[in-house]
Amino acid sequence: MEKLILRRVDRNSEEMILNFGPQHPSTHGVINFIVETDGEVMKKAVPDVGYLHRSLEKIGETVTYPGYMPYTDRIDYVAAMFANEGYAIAVERLLKLEVPARAQWLRAISCELCRIASHLISIGTMTMDIGAFTPMLHGVRERETINDLIEALCGARLTYNYHRIGGVAYDLPEGWRDRTLAFLDHFDKFLGEFDRLISFNEIYVKRLANVAVIGGAQAIDYGLVGPNLRGSGVDWDLRRDMPYGAYPSFEFAIPVGRGFVGTSGDSFDRYYVRVLEMAESSKIVRQALETIPEGEILAKVPRNLKPEAGEALSRVESARGEMAYYVVSDGTNKPYRVRARTGSFTAMGIIEDVSPGLMVADLVALIASLDVVAPEIDR
Amino acid sequence: MTTQEIHERLQARFGDDVGPLSEAKIDPFAVVKRERIVEVCEFLKAEAGLEMDFLEDLTALDWPKRNVIEVVYHLLSYRHRHGIVLKVETDRAAASVPTVECVWKTANWFEREVYDLFGVDFPGHPDLRRIMLPDDWVGHPLRKDYQEAGGWHGIGNTRENPLVELRRLDEARKAEKAPPPAAAPAAAPAAPVAPAAPAPDAKT
Repeated sequence: MEKLILRRVDRNSEEMILNFGPQHPSTHGVINFIVETDGEVMKKAVPDVGYLHRSLEKIGETVTYPGYMPYTDRIDYVAAMFANEGYAIAVERLLKLEVPARAQWLRAISCELCRIASHLISIGTMTMDIGAFTPMLHGVRERETINDLIEALCGARLTYNYHRIGGVAYDLPEGWRDRTLAFLDHFDKFLGEFDRLISFNEIYVKRLANVAVIGGAQAIDYGLVGPNLRGSGVDWDLRRDMPYGAYPSFEFAIPVGRGFVGTSGDSFDRYYVRVLEMAESSKIVRQALETIPEGEILAKVPRNLKPEAGEALSRVESARGEMAYYVVSDGTNKPYRVRARTGSFTAMGIIEDVSPGLMVADLVALIASLDVVAPEIDR
Repeated sequence: MTTQEIHERLQARFGDDVGPLSEAKIDPFAVVKRERIVEVCEFLKAEAGLEMDFLEDLTALDWPKRNVIEVVYHLLSYRHRHGIVLKVETDRAAASVPTVECVWKTANWFEREVYDLFGVDFPGHPDLRRIMLPDDWVGHPLRKDYQEAGGWHGIGNTRENPLVELRRLDEARKAEKAPPPAAAPAAAPAAPVAPAAPAPDAKT
């Protein structure tokens, strides 16, 4: 592939090829776009990924089953709980292991808190990419409290390593429930404040409404998942449609993009679905804290795990959509193959076909609204 | 629809080109003949009652003992909430499977990844180039017999213990400071003794 910093294709025209990234704050990590532009309007933006490829799938073949858990954190460091959970469920399916109820609830609580934290980063950086700096700080401020809560729960703020094959590592610490409820009371008010601050700000809406529209059929064809899929008007959420863990016990709505200010499937829909989802996550955490059963937090698991030969796929609804782990066992204590299917990878695949005709500044809005995280693309 | 029923419909349509469903240990799968995979996928996507509109995952498995690479397709239907796992076997030496990019667009990037990391060719793919690794990388890392080449363009993939490096820097610094007080290049063999002298200098 041609890589040039800046090149004019023809002396007499405005056409040029330029590199957007890899070190650019608006690309959300180390991603490179090779942009063909005619003035401000793009002809095409071709993503060039792989800068953060660390062979996490190959590493999976060299460590034992429980030993891979910390590596899953690094697949998606913004929402590491889901990466933990997906891998744990896949191996539990291989072992045909029942997870105790309390552990299921703890998984739901930790994951939904993590979803709020991840969405706060997503919408915060999105507003910053559009040019509003203050909402980002508000988002990060709230996320800090969640980080404190999760640190109290599992001792880490970013790479949690909290879930275990067969349950979770630690039970709720003393006073944690009240601290979390107090935070959620504050957070529900904050969401309204955030909407007043930025969501329906006229300039912000003008930058996002009707920009980079992705229709429902197109979104399915390109394998978009999670909030990106729901932003395009497809009513699908694994937590409700293919439930796992404790989710059948909770009541929550699935926000779907319906053209809140413009067309269904535009950048604003993808943004606002996330804002609405945070309110639903807050509801789930409340219900879970209310109904959490007593009991064990870890099933009886042998020290040396040797699942019988076979293969299993697990699906969880991560903050970036469906995260699937495909684990193949050959009967030894190390996986034969670990495969992580992530939402960001497929989301990047659509950019080349959505970009023609967009302004260069809209590319930033598109990337931000797809909420890609670089290590999740490259793994 | 259960996986069995989907599989029965596939066998009714394609006969022996769709192999038997593997015994249901955890997730069963069916092996499809390499030449028919695109037809099978088109059928699964278009046929009423099946409508697998979502290619959930496309990846591969390397089995050096059997000398095959299996390309694995996880299909899912949003409308009917059912799915099936298909596999295609191909020879390791000349791994090649027809592309399903014409059925689901998302296969484009998945197949590029399998091409990059397993070295499977996908004839008919519109843009088959490496996606994760640099274009001039040698080998396909997710194959079981992959050997690391020991670096790329002078960037090594090994590193010595950082403490060893620190000690060497310390010694180099001491050696730099040593000559001025000694001021006698002829006294080079006595260098190990010299560091005692500059130590008080450094404190002042």
